[in-house]
Amino acid sequence: MTRVAVLKGGRSLERQVSLASGARVADALERLGHEVVSIDVGSDLVSALREARPTVAFIALHGRGGEDGTIQELLEHLGIPYTGSGVHACMRCSDKVLTKHALSDGGLPTPEWVALGDVAFQDLGAAEALDAVADRLGFPLVVKPVSQGSALGVKVARSAAELPTALVAALSYGSRVLLERHVAGPELAVSMVCGEHGARAEALPIVQAVPRGAAYDFAARYEIGQTDFVCPAALEPAVAERAREIALAAWELLGARGFARADMILGEDGPTVLEVNPIPGLTETSLLPQAADAAGMGFDELVERVLADALSRSAGAGVG
Amino acid sequence: MSERRPPRSSAHELERYAGLFASRTRVMRSSAMRDLMAVTVRPEVISLAGGLPDTSTFDPALFKELMERIPSAAALQYGPSEGLLGVREAIVSVMAAEHMAVDPDEVIVTTGGQQAIDLVTKTLVDPRDVVIAEAPTYPGAVPTFCAYEADVIQIDVDSDGMRIDALEETLAALDAAGRRPKFIYTIPNFQNPAGVTMSLERRRRLVAIARERELIVLEDNPYGMLRYEGDELPTLRSLEAPGPTDENDFVIYTGTMSKILSPGVRVGWLVAPRPLLAKLILGKQSTDLCSSTLAQHFVAEYFASGDWQPYVASLCELYHRRRDVILDALAENLPAAATWTRPQGGLFIWVTLPDFIGTTDLLARALAENVAFVPGEAAYADGRGQHAMRLNFSSSADDDIREGVRRIGKIVAEQVALYDTLTGRSRGGPAAAGGERSAGADAPAAPEAALAAEPPGGERLASVLHLPRRGALGGQRSREA
Repeated sequence: MTRVAVLKGGRSLERQVSLASGARVADALERLGHEVVSIDVGSDLVSALREARPTVAFIALHGRGGEDGTIQELLEHLGIPYTGSGVHACMRCSDKVLTKHALSDGGLPTPEWVALGDVAFQDLGAAEALDAVADRLGFPLVVKPVSQGSALGVKVARSAAELPTALVAALSYGSRVLLERHVAGPELAVSMVCGEHGARAEALPIVQAVPRGAAYDFAARYEIGQTDFVCPAALEPAVAERAREIALAAWELLGARGFARADMILGEDGPTVLEVNPIPGLTETSLLPQAADAAGMGFDELVERVLADALSRSAGAGVG
Repeated sequence: MSERRPPRSSAHELERYAGLFASRTRVMRSSAMRDLMAVTVRPEVISLAGGLPDTSTFDPALFKELMERIPSAAALQYGPSEGLLGVREAIVSVMAAEHMAVDPDEVIVTTGGQQAIDLVTKTLVDPRDVVIAEAPTYPGAVPTFCAYEADVIQIDVDSDGMRIDALEETLAALDAAGRRPKFIYTIPNFQNPAGVTMSLERRRRLVAIARERELIVLEDNPYGMLRYEGDELPTLRSLEAPGPTDENDFVIYTGTMSKILSPGVRVGWLVAPRPLLAKLILGKQSTDLCSSTLAQHFVAEYFASGDWQPYVASLCELYHRRRDVILDALAENLPAAATWTRPQGGLFIWVTLPDFIGTTDLLARALAENVAFVPGEAAYADGRGQHAMRLNFSSSADDDIREGVRRIGKIVAEQVALYDTLTGRSRGGPAAAGGERSAGADAPAAPEAALAAEPPGGERLASVLHLPRRGALGGQRSREA
């Protein structure tokens, strides 16, 4: 039996999703016989952790603060081992621009993009810069906040006229935006989980999202019945193999640990990576648990494996 | 591994659940907004989002006294489905104060006004029946109508309430299609969320239309007693049945104790044409047998303890002041391209922003500044309202209202400036902040001090977002009177 602090909630925009993930993880840990302290992360986190004295922290946080390296850094300082990726990997995954640079430098496919920060708008003169960007990427193009998950603030601009509004929306979530070439094709989610006893990470069966509405938006992502998920995806074996290869290469490149999920689109040129999520959703409708299930791994088993991975690090060369 | 194999929670189970859900849950949608709203409950957030009365104004000593007087055995027992007689008599007195003559046996006590909406919809609406509502309408009514799979058609409001000409066009179009609405839902006084009030002329026309076409109107009047200025207008119910002997055929009236006493007691009511009453009571029985007897005894004791109107008057005084505070704050802080309503009562103001600002996304930005509002899309069943927001002014202290509106004004100004920059409407470097807003005819001097007072090191967007506007939209400030 291990004393586990489940960190959930927080004040990120994905608070609600995180509460659902955290509750589910806590249930699983209790079923597995662990002693669970659930903590809704707030300004009293440090004292709550000191009081709880956990052996390990299970991070079920999504979004800013939770999966961008902030809480991981704090836990390192407190000497509490934690599940999932470390500080640097979290930073690289939660910043879509850093992710894309890492993927691109490592020779992995990701749709062509332009990142525009406030400085670019200011110094280049926004209108001219946008014309050039639009010429390069073409329409429709996808506008995303650089560091926001769950499809919040993601807009598709079908023409130059729609671009300013899409940018204003995306900039509601932060000071940088990512403009990305729109790749048409099925959406694939490749979930990955660490191997047992230090073995290499494995890619789980691929989930294909088939939205019932127009797009795989926020509602579709969290509501039963809004999207059909096919798992394993009906792909040619070579294509599926290629997608899993790319995902595992991204795992290595970014330095992920525990679990992660690579979101891809299967374009004409094969699978291409949109983003890598260091703390994938663990709710009833989330993709990682579905993929694990398709591989014959129940939710509890998944939780136990990720927990064991975190504990193995504390048993080794200290934390970090 | 071990014998105690934990129960599996699997995707297969998930699929099984998906098959179990009733088809009506398809339209019970989650939304980005709802998840964003989860953050607004945090204590550091100034929330102009709720619809809350200020219950701190209720005398705690009186509360204690009333609780002591409640007869325990009766209060802990089931009660009649239509509600305790004492409560129905209290309701009669509240309606009399609004110039409506009703009999206690026409009244059904409901668990809040929300249950009244639910019961009427449950009793009258089959899937794909048409329900007409205002655009925008009460955000809490939208999920109710959707849960019963109604086709909701929303009729625009202007500063005089629901546009009856548009209603008539819609009714004609429905006629042509061989359809007929089951009822028309309206909040004539200080409407939630728009804050507007239906004019007397339109009230008369609406009642006439209901009579001519034999259509039910559901009149929702939670805020009628909260009037801060202007003349009281007759309710639809009193227009249809002015005297105690007049028949009330087409108006179902719903009221609530929530805004004149307490939302926590969850006591509302329905007054319906007699032929509908029996079915509505059956509907209530299947929902909850009866509303909380304990809460009803509290309400009955409260009304028996003395005059209830001074407390309402004190609320009016408080909310009146807060309404003035928020109107001043809006005039001071919102850019010229924004418009808003000027309610004569109630709890809400409806702000309309330029169409390049989406208020659900803006809420994410607002939460970073620890301020919250309700994005307009909550008030529509059809995805409209994306550029509007509802602000509540009853539940925050004056200074919080000012500060909250200042923060909202700041981020809206940022987005306006950003859009102008992106579209090339305004060029130039970061000039003095003085050009930020064009003072409208009645807008006070621009509060440079507030802008300058921004704390250093606070998280803010790049300076490009603070570019002054160059008056391209100046002088367009308009308000609905």
